[in-house]
Amino acid sequence: MCGIAGFFGSGVLPDAAPALLQRLAGTLGHRGPDEKGTHAAPGIGLAHARLSVVGLADGQQPMADASGDLVISYNGEIFNYVELRERLQARGRRFSTGSDTEVILHLYDEMGTACLDELNGDFAFALWDARRRSLWLARDRMGVRPLYYTDIGGTLFFASEVKALMQVQGFAAELDPVALDQVFTLWAPIAPRTAFKGVSELPPGHMMIAQEHERMVRPWWRLEFPRDGEFETPADPVGELGALLEDATHIRLRADVPVGAYLSGGLDSSLITALAARLAPGRLETFSVGFRSAEHDESRWQAEVAERLGVANHRVSCGEEEIVADFPDIVAHAECPVLRTAPAPLYRLAGLVRDNGMKVALTGEGADEVFAGYDIFREAAMRRFCARQPGSARRPLLFQRLYPYLPQLQRQSADYLAHFFSAGTDELTDPLFSHRPRFRSTAAAKLFYSPALKDALGTYDAAADLTAQLPEEFGRWHPLNQAQYLETRFLLPGYILSSQGDRVMMAHGVEGRFPFLDHRVVAFAAGLHPNLKLRGLKEKFILKEVARGLVPNSIVSRPKQPYRAPDSQAFSVPAARPVVDAALSDGALAEAGLFNAGMVEKLKCKALNGRATSFKDNTAFMGVLSTQFWHRTFVADQPRRTKTG
Amino acid sequence: MSDAVQMKIRDFIIENFLFGDDSQPLPGDLSLMENDLVDSTGILELVSFLEEGFGLKVADADIVPANLDSIDRIAAFIERKKAA
Repeated sequence: MCGIAGFFGSGVLPDAAPALLQRLAGTLGHRGPDEKGTHAAPGIGLAHARLSVVGLADGQQPMADASGDLVISYNGEIFNYVELRERLQARGRRFSTGSDTEVILHLYDEMGTACLDELNGDFAFALWDARRRSLWLARDRMGVRPLYYTDIGGTLFFASEVKALMQVQGFAAELDPVALDQVFTLWAPIAPRTAFKGVSELPPGHMMIAQEHERMVRPWWRLEFPRDGEFETPADPVGELGALLEDATHIRLRADVPVGAYLSGGLDSSLITALAARLAPGRLETFSVGFRSAEHDESRWQAEVAERLGVANHRVSCGEEEIVADFPDIVAHAECPVLRTAPAPLYRLAGLVRDNGMKVALTGEGADEVFAGYDIFREAAMRRFCARQPGSARRPLLFQRLYPYLPQLQRQSADYLAHFFSAGTDELTDPLFSHRPRFRSTAAAKLFYSPALKDALGTYDAAADLTAQLPEEFGRWHPLNQAQYLETRFLLPGYILSSQGDRVMMAHGVEGRFPFLDHRVVAFAAGLHPNLKLRGLKEKFILKEVARGLVPNSIVSRPKQPYRAPDSQAFSVPAARPVVDAALSDGALAEAGLFNAGMVEKLKCKALNGRATSFKDNTAFMGVLSTQFWHRTFVADQPRRTKTG
Repeated sequence: MSDAVQMKIRDFIIENFLFGDDSQPLPGDLSLMENDLVDSTGILELVSFLEEGFGLKVADADIVPANLDSIDRIAAFIERKKAA
């Protein structure tokens, strides 16, 4: 895992290029602390910060092919590089390194950009083809690895993180109000939009070809589902999935350094840990985060799995003080406002991995999207059930069973529950049906927008924008698959794999690997009949069948506990007051100009007293606070604040 | 139904759910749910306010929109409870 950056165009003078490329690589040093490298030629520059995982001695980057015409700066891993290299060698290709990077150079030389279909991995790279004088940028299917770009004076600049782009003369960070509104509705900006005005993200499964002044961005992979009613279930879906997951885990254990695993105590990470423990050489090391608050803590389950599977488990504890201390840094790494503190414990967890001398970890991320584990899938199914008998006095009470960990819901009447979950009132044909209650309740936090922000947004509607970007065939998919698409295509890369994934892991130079997001697993799961994923109200049905016999029965049968961390409650501890006071002072709020200072003051008092517990208050507090941290880090504290032309 | 009770409820809603924003009219029959003034978790803040601010005991069965979904309904609910 690494950081990449570079430029394409005449805006960087040849004698200025080396120093700029060094600065770009230096800014990404946390992603790649082991080595730095650059490549410059007239009109092109590539930079690389390396985390050495595969080909330790000979995998330096940027890497050129034997002719010197192809040069690549690459972030990520191609997990099937062993098989690809064997095939290439059988066709007479000669390799000079043992790295997966060289495989891409050979494949591109043979197949051009179509070679992406051959790659099984998580990657973002820039490949310079001197013969065609074209720069090719590409990003993995699911959006595990990030890649951003901007145009300054006709020159294209790109980087793994936006903070590298801030090294470019003429770049001035400014918050994109539309992106903020998307966060305050959908939890994440819709790619290619980012929190930074004028900076785009290469969307997952997309590529860009840049030649002279032409920039062509297009998808090379799409998440697709069968039409509703046209599912073809394999003869032995459980056996087939088990074999796929085993291979997905097996190839993700490939590295020239030890590979560990996250262990949360839930089904997904336990299954990956079980598979890895059987496949990994030596005793597998696992890593867990525990909470001091009982309602969030899963230590008991983590200990049980670790003991039963015989792995060496390391543990770190996280509480309010740690969340408060880390949160500003986390926003700086995430480069986007966030509505939850959930990235904070994962930031500590990645630090634990690094402290134990490791830099690669498998995780169970992705299973909830791919196999329908999230509560929102069950919630949508319940809302459809309620809609079939509007006014039912009993059906809405099912929502209490859905959220046993939310004590506030347990006292609610059926009338209130029906209303709050829009049971029977939302249009069943609405493409966003599954997510309407979440989007609506999140958007209530916009109450705190300043008049200037409201003016800037005008009549903009983030949910309508999302709807407009859905694929044409979306309406022909089963409702569960529609909901899965919304989670997998937008929230997963925009928030889960980014703010809770790559960013907090790479902050400590730790590479995450996600067997459930192997594209073969994703495609297999997408083709399954929905009742193999959500059976009645039982989530991840087929995955539990695969897990039986591999992980303790107590884990397979335990009720799902969603990963959560204390949000606004964390900021009610005394240590939080100076942090919050500074970020939400009248001066800071006036400088950012995004929120109503008088209203935020009341919200702050509520949060500091531990009373901002409602969904709206909690979301608003975290959203306002993280946006203020974002503004301070990327705008207010920047020495060079000239506007880009 | 006393104006003072209505005023106290209105002040609570403006302070607690609108964070001091009194720029929009808040008529007595305005639905708190339909206008996103309270969400599923915020409703219990309202219940606590009634218990602490008016000395009422609010049973789970009382937590229904018919009793709590507008200033008028809340005021009437308080009156009924106090009379009982």
